[in-house]
Amino acid sequence: MADFEVPPLAEDIDTAAPPALAPNAMAHLKTFPAAPAHNEALGFPGQLVENWQERAIEKMGELLEKYRSLRVYLDSCVKCGACADKCHYFLGTGDPKNMPVARQDLLRSVYRYYFTPAGKLLGRLAGARKLTEAVLQEWYTYYHQCSQCRRCSVFCPYGIDTAEISMAAREIMDHIGLGQKYSNEIIGKVHKIGNNLGLPEPALANTLEGLEEDVRDATGVDVKFPLNVKGAEVLLVTPSADFFAEPHVDGLIGYAKVFHQAGVSWTLSSHASEAANFAMFIGSYDQMHKVANRIRQAAIDLGVKRIVFGECGHAWRVAYSFLNTLAGPWDFLDPRYPRPQHILEFTHDLMTRGGIRFDKDANAGMVVTMHDSCNVARASGMGDRPGGQFTIPREVIKACVPKFVDMHPDTIHEKTFCCGGGGGLLTDDLMELRVKGAKPRMDALKQVVERDGVTNMVAICAICKSQFTKVMPKYGFDMGMVTSLHQLVSRAIRLGPGA
Amino acid sequence: MSYQIGGKSIEHDEEGYLVDIGQWDEDVAKMIAEAEKLPLSDEHWEVIHFLREYYTEYQIAPAIRVLTKALTKKMGEAKGNNKYLYELFPYGPAKQACKIAGLPKPTGCV
Repeated sequence: MADFEVPPLAEDIDTAAPPALAPNAMAHLKTFPAAPAHNEALGFPGQLVENWQERAIEKMGELLEKYRSLRVYLDSCVKCGACADKCHYFLGTGDPKNMPVARQDLLRSVYRYYFTPAGKLLGRLAGARKLTEAVLQEWYTYYHQCSQCRRCSVFCPYGIDTAEISMAAREIMDHIGLGQKYSNEIIGKVHKIGNNLGLPEPALANTLEGLEEDVRDATGVDVKFPLNVKGAEVLLVTPSADFFAEPHVDGLIGYAKVFHQAGVSWTLSSHASEAANFAMFIGSYDQMHKVANRIRQAAIDLGVKRIVFGECGHAWRVAYSFLNTLAGPWDFLDPRYPRPQHILEFTHDLMTRGGIRFDKDANAGMVVTMHDSCNVARASGMGDRPGGQFTIPREVIKACVPKFVDMHPDTIHEKTFCCGGGGGLLTDDLMELRVKGAKPRMDALKQVVERDGVTNMVAICAICKSQFTKVMPKYGFDMGMVTSLHQLVSRAIRLGPGA
Repeated sequence: MSYQIGGKSIEHDEEGYLVDIGQWDEDVAKMIAEAEKLPLSDEHWEVIHFLREYYTEYQIAPAIRVLTKALTKKMGEAKGNNKYLYELFPYGPAKQACKIAGLPKPTGCV
């Protein structure tokens, strides 16, 4: 990994100026391209096809027909500049091509050249340019420096969604054989093994048995981690990182304790041992469909009545917004729970009805803040009230800990910053981007650490947790500050009869 | 992309992970560790050997909890935890230790 400088954190977040422009500062950083085997496993050409220009323009035309939104986004930008200083990658790198408007223009210019009369006639004068090798390389570089977090779209007066443009660009590139290794290799593993990690069933079973032992040793209570149990009421679909990594696994233990105390029968599935759906990151509807249908298949095979999703940001976007179209209808589920639920909805509901109780002393000494995950914050909801995706997690945290404080209002709820590793960028070859892109969140964290003595930052997304664990030490924060929400629940929940 | 060792050429990927786990031996581990500027102690070898054993049985690296539990049994509580593993493998036990042990890189949201 090349050396780079970690940007200094802001002294005062309210008066901090945007970074000085550093043209092409990130032009050197290209994520590893997929090997032919990774591309071919998803039905894409193994490597760049000979007539790639022609095929790319053809694909762009197809996408413009299929997604009317894409054409609207490409047509409607008026260059007002509202988005310019809203992207965490721009704020962390100063590279003007990481301004959302400039990122959009990489595709928009090509769109103008091939699909608009003005672009065809006037070329550069109309901001139009041919798709050349250099342009393609620019796409590959900068569309893999967008985490599709959609913060910019909150500030765009026209609601232009850069994520959708970046997804389209990646789809075009996959179509001509220029895929990204990280995402495509992972999607291939889901098709083959059932999860992003490539964790086979015997290893999953062994890991879960170990967790049962751990919890029994720690609490004396026989909390189960069931796998492939037919006839269970709930199917839990969670990111495979929950089986593998810290602090993710502490969250998984929390879910298990909640189910145990609620007396609800539940199961994991080795067929659908992954909540994530990386196909969204590469913009491929076909792949999304295929990945999502593993969940449908598992639910049918196991005969469950409810589906609950664990702490995973984009999985919840897919579950909340797209799952019915992708893998529905869900008419075989309990009519009281006709759509997949979030584990926080489940826990919050029980907590509100008195079905589970918490002991805050178990988290004594903690001052907790929360990082809203981008896909949960801006692309989903929770419960039956608007803004439930913000209030429900906070209400559960507050019930579990002695003190909660929010970070700066411009960095939470729908204005939350990406952790810096979302959208298929949580890969070591993009570490420089990940570290720099975390700066806006780190600025806000620094403020509450200094002002309120914050000890823990909660996240409800596997990517956020891994990203922060990795990059926070670069900014002088202990990686142990990163906390799963259900880790707090796990420590605070009262177990046993009459608890 | 390959490591050259003892007249043999051992293929690796862009980040130095072995392409074929079967080509690994202790000399290969020492060479990868050297490239990572990581001198290997007995504790490192305990981890490396456990990773190899687990992978042979399950075709995947062990989850962090599985690893820390195994190390607690072998080396005691003080060394059977995530923090100690990061002291041993500063770039992260999952990735750096796997690389040195010749295992594929864990993928996904980790």
